[in-house]
Amino acid sequence: MNDLNLIKDVLDKDISSEPIRKGFGRGLLNAGKINVNVVAACADLTESTQMSLFKKEFPERFVEVGVAEQNLVTVGSGMAAMGKIPFVSSYAAFSPGRNWEQIRTTVCLNDQPVKIVGSHAGVSVGPDGATHQMLEDIALMRVLPNMVVIAPGDSLEAERATLAIASDQRPAYIRLAREATPIITTDKTPFEIGKAYVYKAGKDLTIMSTGTMTYQALAAAAKLEKDGIHAEVIHIPTIKPLDEKTIIASAKKTGKVITVEEGQIIGGLGGAIAELLSQTSPTKVIRMGMQDRFGESGKPDELLEHFGLTAKHIAVQAHHLVM
Amino acid sequence: MTHSIEDLELIAVEIRQDIIKMLLHAGSGHSAGPLGLADIFTALYFDILKHDPKNPDWEERDMLLLSNGHCVPVRYAAMARAGYFDLSELKTLRQLGSRLQGHPERTKLPGMETTSGPLGCGLSQAAGMALAMRMNDIHHRWVYVVLGDGELDEGNIWEAAMLTSKYNLNNVIGIIDRNNIQIDGPTESVMPLDDLKAKWVSFGWHVIEIDGNNIEAVIDACAMARAVVDKPVMIIAHTIPGKGVDFMEYDFHWHGSPPNAEQAKKALRELRTLQGKIRSEHE
Repeated sequence: MNDLNLIKDVLDKDISSEPIRKGFGRGLLNAGKINVNVVAACADLTESTQMSLFKKEFPERFVEVGVAEQNLVTVGSGMAAMGKIPFVSSYAAFSPGRNWEQIRTTVCLNDQPVKIVGSHAGVSVGPDGATHQMLEDIALMRVLPNMVVIAPGDSLEAERATLAIASDQRPAYIRLAREATPIITTDKTPFEIGKAYVYKAGKDLTIMSTGTMTYQALAAAAKLEKDGIHAEVIHIPTIKPLDEKTIIASAKKTGKVITVEEGQIIGGLGGAIAELLSQTSPTKVIRMGMQDRFGESGKPDELLEHFGLTAKHIAVQAHHLVM
Repeated sequence: MTHSIEDLELIAVEIRQDIIKMLLHAGSGHSAGPLGLADIFTALYFDILKHDPKNPDWEERDMLLLSNGHCVPVRYAAMARAGYFDLSELKTLRQLGSRLQGHPERTKLPGMETTSGPLGCGLSQAAGMALAMRMNDIHHRWVYVVLGDGELDEGNIWEAAMLTSKYNLNNVIGIIDRNNIQIDGPTESVMPLDDLKAKWVSFGWHVIEIDGNNIEAVIDACAMARAVVDKPVMIIAHTIPGKGVDFMEYDFHWHGSPPNAEQAKKALRELRTLQGKIRSEHE
């Protein structure tokens, strides 16, 4: 854990929190300062997606397309054709929710380095309800050839991931959350596209998580230690391309896997891990996440509790698995 | 201008002959649209566009987007005739391993600026290109985008129409192939588009209406479009679907079908007659 410079005690009640999207906002601003070709476009959600920092600093490199997500991504494709690195943002429910075919044809098949920024993903969006709680974005983006898919675990990682995709020539999707998420990394924690990280070593089972759920996975592992269960925790910020080597090695070591994500398990991280392991190293896999259903209105914490996406729920599943 | 109008008219007939041969060989593809667009693509590749077939990525080139990608046979034929690749490659259309995909792919063929086919995406990509040019302080390059009339049913087109007008992207020049047909029938019965000119005017565009099968009119309209600086320009080019082949003209059934051997023979005979007419008229 020390090698990765993580926050040591995730159970500390005073652990600081920040919305993951805030890290994206800072990352985009920095990417814009580093590379004059980084440009941005937004579909009427500039403040919510935190693109506002970039817009304020570089108004001449920012495009407001209005509430028009199909246009958002195709305008991005056009800018990329002229050598730009366009970041295009909206809520994940709308982009990539509404404009999937445009992403498929004009970004992925056309192979242009457009960076799709989907904010407000997951049930933790809260009171806005199911329409705005995007759960299928990972599945939608993961299935596309050429696409890189990233779900950062906290705001600091989001900042690093944004800088990383800004200097990468591939199309990319980055998934952001609305609510404050505990900050588990430090400014020295590594991030590289395509790498999964063993955040905690263990031997009894492996908890593989992405996005907001890695904090819950680490908290679950800390509880499990007290029960004498040594869980390995692998944070998988890049869902595509998947770090197969790290995942297979851990599955072989522990022989038991739980995947956790704030989205549909069908086609999501759980789907990806199950596909990989079934072919390479058949392993019992419990997939935690949204079980083929929509979310609903409520407070973010209530919803995570309601849908079984907390450290407590992960620990219960771990007990069942190692029994 | 390096080519006379007569030269251009003869090139357009050759492109039509290429289209018939390509579609016959491929055994599938769209006939009516490409034939109707032959004059526009001749005008573009042999007069209007600033481009270099031997250096497709030339940084000073004008951009040409084909939003209605299904009409790509006319573009392949025009590109081959302009010198982008050998004419013999045309017969690989739609075959395994070919650079000439059924719908155009940027990554396969140099000089193809975008991948297209699913409709409604070209205008917004053109707008994105124009925005990037403005950010780079480039004002002497033009972005031409050819649109089908049927594809104007797509909402994405009107999203792009608003954006292009909002940012006054006056180096975008749209050309609508107004041939009045789409797969299910006449455009006005599938989904009425008229008053089409009034629609674009109300979206903030300058509109020019022309006979899109008149090469000189196409060239003149584009010159006029380049002179308009306060608005983007949409050229509504009225064309005859299947133009040049009598039994295909105006018939929506030819939208998505290729000719069989006998029909191709008849079509090529008609086009040879057309060649003779053009030559005799200009003598």
